[in-house]
Amino acid sequence: MIPGPFEYHRPTTIADAVKLLCDFGDDARPLAGGHSLIPMMKLRLATPSHLIDLQALEALKGIRREAESIVIGPMTTQHELLSSQIISKSLPILHEAALVIADPQVRYRGTIGGNIANGDPGNDMPALMMTLDATYRLVGTDETREVSVRDYYQGAYFTALEPGEIMTAITIPVPPVGHGYAYEKLKRKIGDYATAAAAVILTMSDGKVATCSIGLTNLSETALLAEDAAQLVIGTALDDATLKKASAAAEAIMSPAADGRGPVEYRKHVGGVMVARALKRAASVAV
Amino acid sequence: MTTPQIGKIHVTMTVNGTQVDGLVEPRLLLVHFIRENLQLTGTHIGCETSHCGACTVDLDGMSVKSCTVFAVQVDGANIMTIEGMANADGTLSALQEGFRMMHGLQCGFCTPGMIMRAHRLLKENPNPNEEEIRFGISGNLCRCTGYQNIVKAIQYAAAKLNGTEFKEAAE
Ligand SMILES: Cc1cc2nc3c(=O)[nH]c(=O)nc-3n(C[C@H](O)[C@H](O)[C@H](O)COP(=O)(O)OP(=O)(O)OC[C@H]3O[C@@H](n4cnc5c(N)ncnc54)[C@H](O)[C@@H]3O)c2cc1C
Ligand code: FES
Ligand code: FES
Repeated sequence: MIPGPFEYHRPTTIADAVKLLCDFGDDARPLAGGHSLIPMMKLRLATPSHLIDLQALEALKGIRREAESIVIGPMTTQHELLSSQIISKSLPILHEAALVIADPQVRYRGTIGGNIANGDPGNDMPALMMTLDATYRLVGTDETREVSVRDYYQGAYFTALEPGEIMTAITIPVPPVGHGYAYEKLKRKIGDYATAAAAVILTMSDGKVATCSIGLTNLSETALLAEDAAQLVIGTALDDATLKKASAAAEAIMSPAADGRGPVEYRKHVGGVMVARALKRAASVAV
Repeated sequence: MTTPQIGKIHVTMTVNGTQVDGLVEPRLLLVHFIRENLQLTGTHIGCETSHCGACTVDLDGMSVKSCTVFAVQVDGANIMTIEGMANADGTLSALQEGFRMMHGLQCGFCTPGMIMRAHRLLKENPNPNEEEIRFGISGNLCRCTGYQNIVKAIQYAAAKLNGTEFKEAAE
């Protein structure tokens, strides 16, 4: 399987990268780790005639703390997320999630930016970003925008990213010390996209849930925030009846496709199960 | 749509310690550069869809699937393939010896990728337990062995490299 022909560019500044993307318009695509784009190009599902490789843009790399936020460069690989002390200390849910993404070889190349930028509903990181309430910095020729993740995903492979823009930073508010977290992913085998997955970040106070957010992966055209389900559990000790209600509320917003991972009913059912498991486990690690 | 006229790009890499170069189309995959331009056919192509790991090579200290990398992306890189695994004097490296002694292969198709992946795994974790080995090679598929002997082969190599005694776990 050989991709169609394209011209290769490796700009060394963000300004040059944006200019190239603008000049070539729809014919150009940014290239990060290539582990979504190259397979799509082999299948001719993507046929860009210009690839703008972002690897030389140092400003797009690295993980740092800035006041009450963690700022992650989109060219940070899943492998680098896994080796980062900052991530395992302040955003342990990302460490946990990166471990269930793909396989070791893919994690050395695949980047967080490539995982979240193009609105692939199968990818795991978009739901994590929603749960953590991240903000994406998008740079174009004329302006730099900070877009809330909750406004970013508009449909399968359809996002707020305009042609000619690149994502240059991901800003995540640090959850409170002692927060509970869990990412529960049901997959057929290692390296598979989720049949259903749920992310939970919560805080507990006096044995009851004080704050909660829940994200869902691969259960709709885009990653989802299960707001009603999260609201339902606040003030409870996550007793069985509450967990049941929360699963049902989450299932109500799911609209997965029937595919090799199972029929719609099954995927919704296990989606509910993932929500209940993630809530329980998150509460068990909260202090 | 007219087919664009694509210029070739000159790339230079170090492969198994030797500097190599070539004039390549941007769409040339690293695995084809290795197998066809360099005639190093130990690196295999299994699935071509980034799943099987048969094409795994070591690239600047990372195991990567060379069917999912363009040669132009890795201009300047340091690459090791299975042809670079043996010791300098031509004897088998600990991993190769482990695969031989523990019957870590049957048809051998997955073996170059398995060994290249295991090489990086042991660099990062010189003393992995069985679970860590299985998780560490989860991007490599074998259709013959059932993995049991591959795990043993890697344990054998780890023991040899660590200078400890290899003990086969009771089954
Ligand atoms: C076998 C296999 C299994 C996988 N399993 C999983 C899994 O279980 N879960 C999962 O979440 N992922 C999975 N993936 C995907 C992988 O984890 C990568 O995250 C993914 O390939 C995207 O990252 P990338 O760096 O490779 O992006 P690329 O493929 O380079 O790019 C992806 C898209 O994002 C765009 N893009 C990239 N960076 C930017 C930027 N800075 N600004 C604007 N646009 C940008 C590109 O133009 C392209 O459209 C799997 C991949 C493979 C090959
Ligand atoms: S040939 Fe590259 S992963 Fe199968
Ligand atoms: S030995 Fe035949 S595929 Fe592994």
